[in-house]
Amino acid sequence: MEKKNKLLKPLLYGILITYAAFTLFPFLWAVSGSFKTYQEITSGSMSILPKEPTLNAFTKLFTMDEYFIRWVFNSFLICTVGTVINVILNSMAGYSLSRLHFRGRNLVFYIILATIMVPGQVLLIPNYLIVKNLGMINSYAAILFPTAVNATYIFMMRQFYMNFPKDVEEAAAIDGLGPLGTFFRIAMPLAKAPIATQSVFIFLGYWNAFLQPKLYLQTPSKYTLTVGIQSMMSRYSGITQWDEVMAASVISLVPILIIYIVLNKYFMQSVRMDGEK
Amino acid sequence: MGVPVVKRKQREAMQGAFFVLPAVVVIGIFVILSILFAIYISFHRVNLFTGDMSFVGIDNYKRILSDTSSLRAFRNTILFVSIVVPIQTFLALVMASVLNAKLHGRLQFRIVYFLPTLTSSAALTMIFMFLFSLNGPINQIALATGALSEPINFLNNAKVALQVIMAMNIWSTVPFFMTIYLAGLQDIPYSIYEAAEVDGANAVQRFFHITVPQLKPITTFVLLMGIVGTFQMFDQAYIFSNGSGGPENSTLTVALLIYRNAFGQNNTMGYAAAMSISLALLIFIISFIAQKINKSENLY
Repeated sequence: MEKKNKLLKPLLYGILITYAAFTLFPFLWAVSGSFKTYQEITSGSMSILPKEPTLNAFTKLFTMDEYFIRWVFNSFLICTVGTVINVILNSMAGYSLSRLHFRGRNLVFYIILATIMVPGQVLLIPNYLIVKNLGMINSYAAILFPTAVNATYIFMMRQFYMNFPKDVEEAAAIDGLGPLGTFFRIAMPLAKAPIATQSVFIFLGYWNAFLQPKLYLQTPSKYTLTVGIQSMMSRYSGITQWDEVMAASVISLVPILIIYIVLNKYFMQSVRMDGEK
Repeated sequence: MGVPVVKRKQREAMQGAFFVLPAVVVIGIFVILSILFAIYISFHRVNLFTGDMSFVGIDNYKRILSDTSSLRAFRNTILFVSIVVPIQTFLALVMASVLNAKLHGRLQFRIVYFLPTLTSSAALTMIFMFLFSLNGPINQIALATGALSEPINFLNNAKVALQVIMAMNIWSTVPFFMTIYLAGLQDIPYSIYEAAEVDGANAVQRFFHITVPQLKPITTFVLLMGIVGTFQMFDQAYIFSNGSGGPENSTLTVALLIYRNAFGQNNTMGYAAAMSISLALLIFIISFIAQKINKSENLY
C-alpha cells in the first residue's frame, strides 16, 4: 500500500499542474499580447515574452480612445447600483418569507422558487417589449429594473433566516425598535455572510453581463465594458487591433480579480449554499 | 400592556407583504407575466413598427420545422450540448476528486482553477479568438511542433469554429461545477474510503465505486445546470461570429437565432418567441430524461 501511495502522489500532482497550465495558458497569452506591439502580434511570434514590452495598448485605451474610460465607469455604476438594490430587496423578501407571517406567504414563496427554473431565453422577447413600452430603452433602468431581485438569492436569504435563532430580533423588538429598525439594524447585519456571498455573485453577474446591455444600450457612450470590448472587434472593418483588445480584456479582469482575492472565502461558500441546501 | 395581539399580528402581516412586494412586482412582471406574454406572442405575427399583432395560429411553430436555419441552429445546439455537458461534468468531477486528495498546495491550485469562471464571456471570447487567430499562438505552436503544416484560420473555418467555442465553454464552466463537486465530496465520510482501502481497492476503484455513486445527487444538479446553460449559449457564439452565426452558420445556436429573429428587421418576433418556447420545452424534456437516467443508472 505504501508503494501505491508513492506512485499516486506524483500522478495527482501531475494532473493538478497540467490542469493549472491549461487554465493559465489563455490568460498568460492575453497578458503577453497586451504588452506586445501590434507588429509583433501580427508577425506571429512564438515567444510569450514580448520582444519590446510596451504600454502602448494601455495608453491608447486610456488617452486616445473616445469611450474606454466611460465604459469602465458605466460598468462600475451598473454593478454598484444593481448590487445594492438586489441585496436590499432580496434580503427583505427572504426575511419576510421566513420571519413574518401573512396570508399566502407559502404560495408566494413557492412561486418565486419555481421561477428559478425558467430559461432566460423565454423571457427575452417579452421583457424587451415591456421595457420598450416603459420607455427605458437605451437607459440603465432597462438593465436594472428586470434584474432588481434574484429568486436564487431570495431563497438563500430565506434559508439563512429559517436556520437562524430569532432571539436577538425579539430582544430588539422588546427594546422598542420598530419593524424597520429591527430589520435594518439587527437582521441585516446578522446576515453578513450570505449578504457578502450574494453581493459578490451579483456584482460578478452584472460586470460580466453581455446580452442585456447589448440589447438595450444603443449609444456607444452608454455601453458597458463587455459590450464595449465586443464593439472594438468590429471597429476597424475586420482588422482587429489585438494589442488593444487584449489590454481591454485584461483590464476588465482586474476589478474582479481584486474582489476575488479579498473576498475569496465567500466565492467558495456561495456555491455550497446554492448547490446543497 | 403594549400592543394588543390582534393588532400586532396585523402589523406583522402588513410588514411582511410590504417587504416581499418589490420581489413580487419584479418577478410578477418580468417572469410570470412575461412567460404568458411569450406564449401569446408565439401565436402571433408582430409588426415591430406599428406594434400590431395578428393571430396566426401555430404557423410560427410549423415554420421552425421547415426553416433551414432553425434546423441548423437546433442541430448545432444539440451537438454543442451533447459534447460539452458530458466533458464538463466528467472533468469537474475528476478535478474535484484530485483537489480533495488533501495534497499540499491544493488551495493555491483551487484559486487558479477558479479564474475562468470570473472572466466575462466577452473577455474570454476575445482571448480565445486571439489564441486561435491566423497568426495566434495556437497556430504558431502547431506549426513549430509540426502538428500542422500550414496555419488554419480557426475563426473562419466552418469545420472547426464550433469546436473552438466548445473548448472555450468547457474551459470556462468546469471550475464552477468543480467547486460544487468539491463541496459534495467534503460530505462523504472518510471512513468509507478507509474501509475500501483496507479491502484493497485502488484509487481508480475507489473513485468509481465510492466517489461517483456517492455524488449522484450532485451530478444530477451539475447535469441540469450544464444542460440549461449550454442549451441557451449565446454570448460566446454572438461575439465569436459578430452576431452572424458564421462561418456558414456553423456557430449559429438557437439562442443566437432567436435574438436575430426577434430584434432584426424582418418582423419575425412571433417566430422567435415560438422558437424560445420550443427551446424551453426541449430543455425541460432533456433535463427530465437526464435526471431519470442518472437516477436509475446503477454504478455499484
